[in-house]
Amino acid sequence: MERFEFNYPAAKPLAGRAEAGVVGSGDLEALYEPDTASALKIIVTTSVDGSHTLWQNFFNRLSALRELPAGRLDINDFGATPGVARLRIEQVFEEAENAN
Amino acid sequence: MSNVANNAASRGDYWFAELTKDATPVNGLCPSVKAADGKLNDQPVRFIAVVPDKNNQYPRAAGGEVGLLEGWNLAKVVNDVIDADANATTKRAIVAVIDVPSQAYGRREEAFGIHQALAGAAGAYAKARLAGHPVVGLIVGKAMSGAFLAHGYQANKLIAFKNNGVMIHAMGKESAARITLRSVDALEKLAATIPPMAYDIENYATLGLLSQLLDIADPDKATPDDISNVQNVVWQNIQDARKEGVSLSNRLGAENRASSQRVRQLMRQEW
Amino acid sequence: MPTDTDQSFIELSARQRARKLLDDGTFRELLGPFERVMSPWLEPQGIVPQADDGMVVAKGQINGQPAVVVAIEGSFQGGSMGEVSGAKMAAALELAAEDNRNGIPTQAVLLLETGGVRLQEANLGLAAIADIHAAIVDLRRYTPVIGVVAGTVGCFGGMSIAAALCSYLIVTREARLGLNGPQVIEQEAGIDEYDSRDRPFIWSMTGGEVRYHSGFVDALVKDSLNEVKDSVLAFIKAGVPATHRSDNYDYYLPKLTGFDTAQQASREVTEALFNREDRA
Repeated sequence: MERFEFNYPAAKPLAGRAEAGVVGSGDLEALYEPDTASALKIIVTTSVDGSHTLWQNFFNRLSALRELPAGRLDINDFGATPGVARLRIEQVFEEAENAN
Repeated sequence: MSNVANNAASRGDYWFAELTKDATPVNGLCPSVKAADGKLNDQPVRFIAVVPDKNNQYPRAAGGEVGLLEGWNLAKVVNDVIDADANATTKRAIVAVIDVPSQAYGRREEAFGIHQALAGAAGAYAKARLAGHPVVGLIVGKAMSGAFLAHGYQANKLIAFKNNGVMIHAMGKESAARITLRSVDALEKLAATIPPMAYDIENYATLGLLSQLLDIADPDKATPDDISNVQNVVWQNIQDARKEGVSLSNRLGAENRASSQRVRQLMRQEW
Repeated sequence: MPTDTDQSFIELSARQRARKLLDDGTFRELLGPFERVMSPWLEPQGIVPQADDGMVVAKGQINGQPAVVVAIEGSFQGGSMGEVSGAKMAAALELAAEDNRNGIPTQAVLLLETGGVRLQEANLGLAAIADIHAAIVDLRRYTPVIGVVAGTVGCFGGMSIAAALCSYLIVTREARLGLNGPQVIEQEAGIDEYDSRDRPFIWSMTGGEVRYHSGFVDALVKDSLNEVKDSVLAFIKAGVPATHRSDNYDYYLPKLTGFDTAQQASREVTEALFNREDRA
């Protein structure tokens, strides 16, 4: 099990907080909370040892593909593929956007 | 495990016999469930034990396991006490003498609802405690998993012998090792570092679930002093249970169980 | 009155199940994931924890009356019971009982999707299950405690005993309710006694349908949110039963002592032995 932290510049937070997914085999749990700092702090706890570079690349790609919201994103991962990870993160951002 | 004296079928059987020498046996139970009505000093007590019966009608429960008959017989013998004392101002104590290696594993057991039989037992003990009967569990040997849930875990007070043969756990070492894909050795090493996983009674005691850990030189060959010591400790626990009330909140004090207390505090705040 | 579009109950997460069983707009989660009340025992063993420890406690209303729904997330560690997840369920039941003693008729519905004790927390999981048993027996004096086992995990171990202490049990065909996991029985008793890889056999022993026909559960529903909800409502309305199944030793003992154990069990044998029509 490993834990990594990543930080990306971000303009504005989403409307509220949200969660998506479960810590099941091949899945992950994503928790997003908005805040006023102009960055997205991402904390990944993963069952996949040695995956720092994979996650770094994943988030680099994500930040190039879409605007990242300001706040905190916790990811509890149990071996999700990049596809599943992307899905859960988009789910949680969408819910947070529509929160309140 | 050392040989038990007096032709007892198990250490639990041995201690049941020692504690019920002057007690009146309760009839009408299956051979693997023994009960007797006696006294500890001034306190009337029903003593109950689950013991091996090599001729058990259900062969998968012949080794002292808690199976279909044991679960429902426990339910009956405890409910009978509740009914008998329904109008009594002082409810008699119930002492569970505990030495149960596991629940019974078998096809008939699953099909005929062993889960329901064990619920009969657990529910009866819980009802007795809620009705004001002091329930004391005396763990003299094994107190494992579903068997312990059915026979003992609903007690107001749990007392255990401090002895290598005393084991309280959710799953035996061999099964647990197999399921977690480890060797028994590796499991034991890991378990020793995580208090709730540990197999020894000293580690269990750090969880705050026992009211007392009792030193005893040889639990299979008790001296008269040993016996009277145990009787006094059980008697004291009965007194304490009468004073402290019917809930299991006395199990929430240990540092190793801090999260259990914290969850309750937070939930009360948010309720 | 417009009816909701129905949907699968099994496919819903624990949180979604709890939300949808409560009246619209009344769902309020306690000790939710953002409070991060997590297991202290998993990370030291290199296991990724879940923010809610796999247990959702939600207060709200059912049919306008106060209720708490406690839902186990079966996808996290097989729904297994740890110190925190067990304490969440126990605490909710304890507070519901307190409510009832104070004149607030809080209902409790338990969504049971669990393999039993979480082995990584062994004795604390087991102790928490004992607390749950205690709390169910306390609460069911005042108000029916309703259990739902829908699948795909089913309900096993010490939590099958909790299910059996409930006032009413609702199951689907996909569900299983049994004390011991099939692999453990096979290991202890041998493959001839119990073949853990024979799925039709497993369901013939512990599946929802046989449990219903042999009287160990009270309702068999389709995998449908609406059917589960309707069944829950019906049992709330039925109130506390005159005798809980777990107190019915006068029924079960003669059946079990009268059975010739030269015979093995099968679905047919079980359903004949515990014929529904026999029941008082």
